[in-house]
Amino acid sequence: MKLKDTGELNELKGQSLALLKNRRISSPLTTLEALGKPRHIMVCGGTGCHASDSPEIAALLKEELNQRGLSDQVEVLQTGCFGFCEKGPILEIHPDNIMYVQVSTTDVADIVEEHFIQGKQVERLLYVDPSSEQRLASDFPFYHSQLRIALRNCSYIAPEDIREYIAADGYQALAKVLFNMSPASVIEEIKKSGLRGRGGGGFPTGVKWELTGQGEATQRYIICNADEGDPGAFMDRSILEGDPHSVLEAMLIAGSAIGATHGFIYIRAEYPLAIHRLEISINQAREYGLLGEKILGSDFSFDVDIKYGAGAFVCGEETALIHSIEGARGEPSVKPPFPAQEGLWGKPTCVNNVETFANIPPIILRGSDWFAGIGTEKSKGTKVFALAGKVNNVGLVEVPMGTTLRQIIFDIGGGIKNHKSFKAAQTGGPSGGCIPTKYLDTPIDYESLISIGSMMGSGGLIVMDDSDCMVNIAKFFLEFTVDESCGRCTACRVGTKRLHEILTKITEGKGTLDDLDSLEQLSKIIKDTSLCGLGQSAPNPILSTIEYFKDEYLAHIVDKSCPAGVCKSLVKYKITDKCKGCTLCTKHCPANCISGSVKEPHVIDEERCLKCGVCMEKCRFGAIVHH
Amino acid sequence: MCNNPLLKDPYQQLDDYIDSIPYKKENLILILHRAQEIFGYLPDKVQWHIAQKLDLPSAKIYGVVSFYSFFTMKPRGKHVANVCMGTACFVRGSEKLQKEVESQLGIKTGQTTEDQLFSLDSVRCIGACGLAPVMTVDGKVHGRLETTADIKQALAKYRPEGTPEEAKGSNSNI
Amino acid sequence: MDIQLKINDIPLTVPAGMSILDAARTINIDIPTLCYLNLHEMRLNNHIASCRVCVVEVEGRRNLAPACSTPVFDGMVVKTDTQRAVLGRRTMVELLLSDHPKSCLTCPKNLDCDLQALAADLGVRNITYEGEESEFAIDKSSLAIIRDPNKCIRCRRCETMCNDVQTVGVYSAVGRGFETVVKTAFDLPLHDTSCTFCGQCVAVCPTGALMELDQVDKVWKALNDPTRYVVVETAPAVRVALGEGFGLEPGTIVTGKMVAALRRLGFDRVFDTEFGADVTIMEEATELIHRIEHGGRLPILTSCCPAWVKFFEHQFPDLLDIPSTCKSPHQMLGVLSKSYYAETYGIDPQKITVVSIMPCIAKKYEAARPELGQDPVTPDVDIVITTRELSRMLREAGIHFDHLKEEDFDHPLGESTGAAVVFGTTGGVIEAALRTAYEWLTGKPLENVEFEPLRGMDGIKEAVIPIGKRDFRIAVTHGLGNARTILEKIQSGESHYDAIEIMACPGGCIGGGGQPYHHGNLEILEARANAIYQEDRSKPLRKSHENPAVLKLYRDYIGEPYGEKAHRLLHTSFTKRPKI
Repeated sequence: MKLKDTGELNELKGQSLALLKNRRISSPLTTLEALGKPRHIMVCGGTGCHASDSPEIAALLKEELNQRGLSDQVEVLQTGCFGFCEKGPILEIHPDNIMYVQVSTTDVADIVEEHFIQGKQVERLLYVDPSSEQRLASDFPFYHSQLRIALRNCSYIAPEDIREYIAADGYQALAKVLFNMSPASVIEEIKKSGLRGRGGGGFPTGVKWELTGQGEATQRYIICNADEGDPGAFMDRSILEGDPHSVLEAMLIAGSAIGATHGFIYIRAEYPLAIHRLEISINQAREYGLLGEKILGSDFSFDVDIKYGAGAFVCGEETALIHSIEGARGEPSVKPPFPAQEGLWGKPTCVNNVETFANIPPIILRGSDWFAGIGTEKSKGTKVFALAGKVNNVGLVEVPMGTTLRQIIFDIGGGIKNHKSFKAAQTGGPSGGCIPTKYLDTPIDYESLISIGSMMGSGGLIVMDDSDCMVNIAKFFLEFTVDESCGRCTACRVGTKRLHEILTKITEGKGTLDDLDSLEQLSKIIKDTSLCGLGQSAPNPILSTIEYFKDEYLAHIVDKSCPAGVCKSLVKYKITDKCKGCTLCTKHCPANCISGSVKEPHVIDEERCLKCGVCMEKCRFGAIVHH
Repeated sequence: MCNNPLLKDPYQQLDDYIDSIPYKKENLILILHRAQEIFGYLPDKVQWHIAQKLDLPSAKIYGVVSFYSFFTMKPRGKHVANVCMGTACFVRGSEKLQKEVESQLGIKTGQTTEDQLFSLDSVRCIGACGLAPVMTVDGKVHGRLETTADIKQALAKYRPEGTPEEAKGSNSNI
Repeated sequence: MDIQLKINDIPLTVPAGMSILDAARTINIDIPTLCYLNLHEMRLNNHIASCRVCVVEVEGRRNLAPACSTPVFDGMVVKTDTQRAVLGRRTMVELLLSDHPKSCLTCPKNLDCDLQALAADLGVRNITYEGEESEFAIDKSSLAIIRDPNKCIRCRRCETMCNDVQTVGVYSAVGRGFETVVKTAFDLPLHDTSCTFCGQCVAVCPTGALMELDQVDKVWKALNDPTRYVVVETAPAVRVALGEGFGLEPGTIVTGKMVAALRRLGFDRVFDTEFGADVTIMEEATELIHRIEHGGRLPILTSCCPAWVKFFEHQFPDLLDIPSTCKSPHQMLGVLSKSYYAETYGIDPQKITVVSIMPCIAKKYEAARPELGQDPVTPDVDIVITTRELSRMLREAGIHFDHLKEEDFDHPLGESTGAAVVFGTTGGVIEAALRTAYEWLTGKPLENVEFEPLRGMDGIKEAVIPIGKRDFRIAVTHGLGNARTILEKIQSGESHYDAIEIMACPGGCIGGGGQPYHHGNLEILEARANAIYQEDRSKPLRKSHENPAVLKLYRDYIGEPYGEKAHRLLHTSFTKRPKI
């Protein structure tokens, strides 16, 4: 049914509110009869949980509830990412306000029996807080310092039902923009909010809109950049999976403000679930008249198409993305002209990232002052980080700008895995840098990250401990850049290749001090001369690790050793006097290079050693070490 | 005319698809995605066919296909395994995972087994960082692959029953 | 609107939108470039800023800016010569060289290579960042162009030329990252593609990655074989460009010196392709009149240009019946050398080697087309070398070209009219045909033989020429992209013409792929065109049908133009070819 005006939108909202009425309200767990009906089991449908069989769990729950005759009282819904991926699959029961973590298909019968029939929580599925060792049903420390704006609906609503989004104030911002605001005032509001591009560059969103709206043009386009290519970032994917309508609504708002009637969502083909949810959302929005001609009875018409990426990181760069949509090789082109002047098919085009868009409806509804009140002086609002690596609570976190790394890694992230010590945090993916311990207390925003040699990027935050070799990490990122360089400009095509070669030389123990100089010099020149952001930022992982972890480079070059024991060519295995002479290692050594008699300490012939590490793994006495 | 799309000539399927979309040259990448779905890969012949159909130079099609890593010009195995080489997986040992999968399949990344059962590739972050290190097979995510046995087990699901590789391996850490 | 800026502290005022590079040139500051190439008249503007050699410092900008594609703005402060800019620039050249063969001494492009010149200018003394070098197979498949991707610097000029100007689309950047290189579809040998061998990619390639197939040694071999009777013919466009290879001003007419030089090299006879051109007009004008009188299909399209012929065979196979069936003047001269001349002077045609000097690379391919010969062992033309190859051959022979005394072509296949000379530039063939057709159709002498609307460098020229009671709708186009535009209009029925001249190379043969490199300076082409018209004016006879030697040929040997013998010797057929 098409919504003809805001009255109908509000009417639908009124009807839909019932869907959400039991969610996120604290009520003591009692028996089923005492609670309003229906109760909801929100099963996480984010990528991590999805991969750990959450759809099967949801299906089994439905079946079990059905068999127990509870299906009309308890509804099972798939929702978006809870963020707490470490403990997935996660499900939350409303209005009981209980979260179960690391649920498996075998837990389904117990959940139905104990929780819904006996009315008591399933203790073993509750989260154990490592610091207090208490089992918690909700309000985990993981969520304490978070503020979810972009992720506001993820894990709260069922993304495949537009009514739930509408009930959660969805499309109200659009209605406000269409009937109560002029395009100029919308742009002004976004400018005043201080919202900056969340894809990495941090360009003020309102200014971009303003530039795209300027001048004469027969057509303008809105593009949503969902080509999340940063290896280790998945916030855009989670937003599209958990709250696709918020992105559509924001594109509509942008379209009406700029004077565009068509939008494209450029999304990685590697994101099938997000594509699926987007397709559903677009169809629903069309069905309700929220996409198409004369939206909500206004003069504004707008429609959206999905365009698929095909595996090219560089297509996250806006000019490359545009060329890719046009059906060409995704090579960036020189700016100016900027897409705001000459973009898709030569028309003014506004390219914004998913997370940026997800912030728009709340800004319109709650006002720029509210948004600008969050964050730091120059970076307003929140930022979603994909926290991963050697941290206890891997997951998706959204925090106000200005939160420190320490808060994110230790308070939210629960500290370093396996009680090891923190070494560095990598932000900004292949364009960013490694941040050492001394900056753990720096409030992070766009400027502060750049000043310490990294950048915001799209929000990947990888935690590393003392078993990570920083030279090897730099090499990993350069390998990525070399792989993903479009090959157009000399600096990036040949330059990054040379950087990678020098790094390889160093990790193989063949590096010289001259190589270290070359590495630094060439890095600076590539930053200075590359055509696009990919090349200009590609040397950052090298420059930041040289700055903060020069001793590790020197260890590789001068001492020919890898302190973290990662670089194979530099690792030496040695049998200590803990050896009992059990001969187990000799049996497993593929190079036959361990000798010694039974019950006597054994010796490794370093010349022939392949450094496979099997002996160390096999030794039951911890007698074999590497250095 | 046969209505079962599976029995239709693949070129006819592709042509029907191209005929069904409004803008053609502009949707080259979409068309290539569809063609790869139909043919399993994009051999020269298919690219040439698309070039003729869209009236574009073949070199342009080849330039586009060779640019995007999602497109492959070599036939793939029945199952496609992708080891995630995103940063989160990397710091949790995806390099070792990759080597172990390579050794279990007897191929290098980018190759296909002789029996055409598996192709092995790498991907950059699939967003399942909580399960790192991960591998997908035919899109299905297998997480926390930390031992050789984990990997054997994950791959075994895709092998025809009774093949020797299915036998239990040692549970050593990789 | 004008804006003000400073470059190296020098204030200047230039129009807004101008690039830093052009602005700097207005005050005689040269910023080195490599990938950049702006051939405005040809509609080729390669300013993709990929080589990063032209980087300069702009105040307030975080990184260096590519001068070729960065527009100036009011108040801009540019420094082109700072240590930072120079180091960036030199490093780019070093990086290119690190993935480039260091065999400059044996490279055919030695001393004519933009990369080599840059390395010298920027003082590259060692390659700081050495590493893996690309390895590609050299494509020697074609009979005209050698492709050595190892020398490719990914400037993509060839791609822009082939795709945007010529619309042939043989090349594309392929692969990604370090592996990126310009290739053909599916890495096919050039011979198996739709390549027309126009050689414009060779003309704009800054390095030795694209070169003509060098056939100089074959010529030396024939000249040194006492059993061979070696005949040479030279195209009109060669005589106005050859001098450039010896430091003479572009547009210097060196016909007489060229003839003398060829005799010095030891050719038995020095003939002129222009004789063939006059014969072509006899045939083509007759064919046109025949089509008009017998209701044949119009327009008639010229067929002198082998690249254009190959273009329509691949791209417009449905139009194979409209081009004139005339062989090109070059082939006509070849076949007449081995038939008329051989018979007249009693020489065994099997012993004659015909060498042609052409401004063109496609002629090498044309000469090898199997249908262009009297029989499989008697090709009309045996060896084709370009203007560039000839100038190298003369240097090899130690001939001081500019000191030579002028000499005349040999009789009878060296006689020509002004109509034949103008074949060398765009519009010339149709002008020559009109000079003859007019007189034949009206029976009246044509007073003004110069058809101004058909001259000049516009991509598509159109004119309505009244001849007798009929208005002839004429079009002239050069550059294959322009040809495509016209042919598509014919296909769609949008345009109707009676005759169209089409040349593959922008400017016609004077801008051929085998001419001395213009290095981006198109004024050279204009100078060559002016020289062509000057040569035409200097000829006593300016209409092909007045050439006495040609008339004697028809009287003594061929019989009627467009007659039976003419068909056998002077006409050809075309082949449908796939589009790849």
